Amino acid sequence: MSDTPVKVALVTGASRGIGKAIAERLAEDEFIVVGTATSEAGAAGITEYLQQMQNPGCGMVLQVGDTDNVTAVMAAIKERYEAPAVLVNNAGITRDNILMRMKEDEWGDVIDTNLNALYRTSKAVLRGMTKARWGRIINITSVVGAMGNAGQSNYAATKAGAEGFSRALAREVGSRSITVNSVAPGFIDTDMTRELGDDQRELLQQQIPLGRLGSAAEVAAVVSFLASAQAAYITGETIHINGGMYM
Amino acid sequence: MSSIEERVKKIVAEQLGVKEEEVQTSASFVEDLGADSLDTVELVMALEEEFETEIPDEEAEKITTVQLAIDYINSNLT
Repeated sequence: MSDTPVKVALVTGASRGIGKAIAERLAEDEFIVVGTATSEAGAAGITEYLQQMQNPGCGMVLQVGDTDNVTAVMAAIKERYEAPAVLVNNAGITRDNILMRMKEDEWGDVIDTNLNALYRTSKAVLRGMTKARWGRIINITSVVGAMGNAGQSNYAATKAGAEGFSRALAREVGSRSITVNSVAPGFIDTDMTRELGDDQRELLQQQIPLGRLGSAAEVAAVVSFLASAQAAYITGETIHINGGMYM
Repeated sequence: MSSIEERVKKIVAEQLGVKEEEVQTSASFVEDLGADSLDTVELVMALEEEFETEIPDEEAEKITTVQLAIDYINSNLT
């Protein structure tokens, strides 16, 4: 693999927020970007912004909770382009509740979408990556995985789990020049954090040395670096992007 | 056209970085030819390509020697 990538990057959950910023940034980096969404409308939106950037990639519908669907989408990507050289596991959900009130499905849905999905998508791309002797798997986690957050025991478990998964897999596939890293955003200005009230936002910002929320582009920049040839010697690492709220 | 045995041995030699003459039919990939677990997965991938087939994981795990690879190909592809 040369420094000028014309490789395929697969970004899950790319219709908005951090995933969209990552997909756009990897498109700027001249990857062929395949972004996934859970709905047809979401996938169409991804195709639209990629086309506007003159990127040959597209949006595809993917349910990361469905193994057969993951297999089918991976086959479609190989058919249309080639096997992904970069996988960004970004798709994730929250179902917040204090544990004493948390329903089993609130727990289970989050574990399945955020953690079990990593098993499915990563396994599906590794074949191509081991053959290519080059690959990048980047898992988007969260500061909450390291700090904890009341009401997010399910979410925090998946994010800490993803980081452990990354380290184990990094050891498995390192000999094939495949790196596996995590990127842990703190409070980023997205739809999710825009739902917070002014009071909550104020309180949050007081805990952040840099005194503001981060931007999705600032997260995407780190993903871009980890996906690049220059980051070849970084693996099993978690990079925090949180304005100093956790260090 | 080479025999299945020759084709299997050639792939084993290529994948595991050993000389073809070292690839005895009885050789175990891990014990005799120094393969690690990832090598064995890649070996199965290479066999799948050479013989244009898909070997299910449950079957792939049982293919631990050159002979077993030859046997699998013989009984599933001919």
